[in-house]
Amino acid sequence: MSRERLQLLKKIMALEFTCLDLNLYLDTHPEDYRALSDFNQCAQQLAQAKKEYESLYGPLLNYGQSPSPNAWRWVEDPWPWETIF
Amino acid sequence: MNEVISLWVYEKKLQYPVRVNGPNPWLAKMILTQYGGPDGELAASLRYLTQRYTMPLPRAKALLTNIGTEELAHMEIIAALVYNLIKDASLEEIKRAGLDGYFTDHDRALYFVNASGAPWTAAYIQSKGDPITELYENMAAEEKARSTYEYLIQLSDDPDVTDILKFLREREIVHFQRFGEALELTYDYLERKKYFY
Repeated sequence: MSRERLQLLKKIMALEFTCLDLNLYLDTHPEDYRALSDFNQCAQQLAQAKKEYESLYGPLLNYGQSPSPNAWRWVEDPWPWETIF
Repeated sequence: MNEVISLWVYEKKLQYPVRVNGPNPWLAKMILTQYGGPDGELAASLRYLTQRYTMPLPRAKALLTNIGTEELAHMEIIAALVYNLIKDASLEEIKRAGLDGYFTDHDRALYFVNASGAPWTAAYIQSKGDPITELYENMAAEEKARSTYEYLIQLSDDPDVTDILKFLREREIVHFQRFGEALELTYDYLERKKYFY
């Protein structure tokens, strides 16, 4: 995996972790509008980063959640447990 | 007709980067307990995902779904750790690590066992129907998992692995906190008296 790809993947991982943790917090604090605004901002940045990654390196999600326009790239290595960080 | 649609989507990425300092089947043997042991990630995920169906409070249903799903991501981290710690281990190293019994049954493949080789069992988890009981069970489960990560951190001789174990330990603490909040909310929702001690 190239350095550029790894860098973008790590950015996605960081953003998604932020969204996930805010998601859990919001489950027990749905009335916290500051957290909700942080969540929505994070979700937007995450969607943008994923779109960029997928256009360059193929789908991150299965079952039609990610497009695969020119070739079926879901089958390509590396899988998460094979990625060298 | 009520159509029931339930779907998990796989994401081709880890929640946290996994890196190891070369083969270490001894450490893999210990970490395997978080794959298929009593307080491991499979048990955690299945416990929460199966309790959802009879949970009355909408926020608690949402939380169980999300934490149960995050535990699947932790299972993938543990699997990636164990896979990378044993994939290039020599037979000599495997024997020295006491992993020869495991090797006989599974080669270098992943299987749900605890650190002593006992297979996973549904007896590790409970679903009791009473939402208060479930949430106490889950808080205890998070603490048991945290303790296990403490012991693994004490045992680990690979700083890269220790870093990942520390991340997972922290997630147990966050989940404990969220389940505690869900417990408070559920008490209010059911208008039950609280007896904490």
